[in-house]
Amino acid sequence: MQLEAMYQEVILDHYRNPLHKGLREPFEGEAHHVNPTCGDEITLRVHLDGADQDATVADVSYDSMGCSISQASASVMADLVIGKSVKEAMAVGDAFLALMQTRGREADLDEDVLEDAVAFAGVSKYPARIKCALLAWMAWKDATARALGEAT
Amino acid sequence: MAEADGGCGVSLLPEEVKKDFPLLQRTVRGGRPLIYLDSGATSQKPLQVLDAERAFYERHNAAVHRGAHLLAEEATDAFEGARAKIAAFVGAVPGEIVFTKNATESVNLVAYAMSNAATAGPEAARFAVGPGDEIVVTEMEHHANLVPWQELCRRTGATLRWFGLTDDGRLDLDDLDSLVNERTRLVALTHQSNVLGTVPPVELIAARARAVGALVLLDAAQSVPHQPVDVTALGADFLVFSGHKMLGPTGIGVLWGRRELLEAMPPFITGGSMIEVVRMEGSTFLPPPQRFEAGSPSTAQAVGLGAACDYLSALGMDRVHAHEESLTGYALERLTEIPGVRIIGPGTVEARGGAVSFTVADIHPHDVGQVLDELGVEVRVGHHCAWPICRRFGIPATTRASFYVHNTLADVDALAEGVRQAQKFFGTA
Repeated sequence: MQLEAMYQEVILDHYRNPLHKGLREPFEGEAHHVNPTCGDEITLRVHLDGADQDATVADVSYDSMGCSISQASASVMADLVIGKSVKEAMAVGDAFLALMQTRGREADLDEDVLEDAVAFAGVSKYPARIKCALLAWMAWKDATARALGEAT
Repeated sequence: MAEADGGCGVSLLPEEVKKDFPLLQRTVRGGRPLIYLDSGATSQKPLQVLDAERAFYERHNAAVHRGAHLLAEEATDAFEGARAKIAAFVGAVPGEIVFTKNATESVNLVAYAMSNAATAGPEAARFAVGPGDEIVVTEMEHHANLVPWQELCRRTGATLRWFGLTDDGRLDLDDLDSLVNERTRLVALTHQSNVLGTVPPVELIAARARAVGALVLLDAAQSVPHQPVDVTALGADFLVFSGHKMLGPTGIGVLWGRRELLEAMPPFITGGSMIEVVRMEGSTFLPPPQRFEAGSPSTAQAVGLGAACDYLSALGMDRVHAHEESLTGYALERLTEIPGVRIIGPGTVEARGGAVSFTVADIHPHDVGQVLDELGVEVRVGHHCAWPICRRFGIPATTRASFYVHNTLADVDALAEGVRQAQKFFGTA
């Protein structure tokens, strides 16, 4: 079956044992995103240390409900961005978005940048599941923008 | 196809029926045969429907209801002939059949006619709603028969109320008499739930509505394709359905309404084709159904839907219904014997159609659907455009199998086997 290509062991591990899950204080930005086609939901908080793009992502906490792909993606995302500067973390987000847009074509995967997130390469072959993988990333971008005061 | 006598002496032969559907001959995901269990979302099309659309374009295409040339006459005949076939299919007369884009537009047509009634003159006043008036829906409605009523209430100040659901997915009718009361102006409900499969007791609710002077609109998008429907027997005032769920093309839907109501209703969409006289100072409108059919209609699609009605009539709607009932009963049996599977909806075939929704313990429906897809079994996952049902049952989403004329007992076996494979893959069984 091709299923193993999508459901990499890394993804199933994060799904079964998600990292950084649960809503925590303090936080400066919060976002609630839904996938209206399937009903997956995430509420995500960002705690920054410092100001603007050089601020450090001190914590990302979240409460979410959804499929294995969306849940694993939230776990991988939170683990990747915590400890990075906002600028670095946004670059990782951009790399992940680019990976999702490859539609399964061979891509130069930068494992140093994406780390566990390279496991989602197989997901990009399934257009219906790309939104699942991106849900947490979009919520994180939104919450970070709010934390930085760029959005209301 | 089955014996084309329209009777119910011979049962439907799905393997023969399947030969009429070119798409069902293809393979998916590495050469696997396609097992299509998503007709509730949209149905596949038999050659007879595809041929009818193609023949229209190849031989008769022209703008309908205008022009004096031969093609215009032929196109108009084909279009109006389709209207007559569709009317006969649901026991109506052609003048009560309004063509729309889909069932959603049909519901909106009525909701906006009610909005527009406030400023459309004395004849339309009976449709106007405002503060103190109530619209009643149910918790099992498709968004298409819920959101337009929420919006009508928001625009007019009327109040939206709804029937709740019992734990086995039936309508809770305990408060029928208080819910449908002298303030109720319209009751809008499904004739067959697209998620639960439930067929509510429409006659009972319609009788109560009639007693208090309320109108009844039925969302028949899941019933007209799957069971014999006679609009005159249900006690409804309006009934809506879509072509694409009954072997017909997309882009064509139907609103049936009682003639005297359609005659008093103001239009929803205005423009060409629906006018009587136009002056710069204002215009007058044609009688129904043309009053509600502004702009160039979906002509070839109407012809295709007419052909779909012919096809279903030849199979016999009694036989279609009996066939799906046997598939549904078998699916309920096969699925409930799998540990961890929970049926969302009635557990028996009584007053129930062929949409079978379920959850699988500890596996999200998206993941169940992914495993099934890998096996060539195509089902729907998600909230099926009826989100309040998921909230009612405390679940994020469901997996739904829905059956039609070409499905077999072997398809149900493949579904059950796929669910077990998903459990194996995710290590939950």
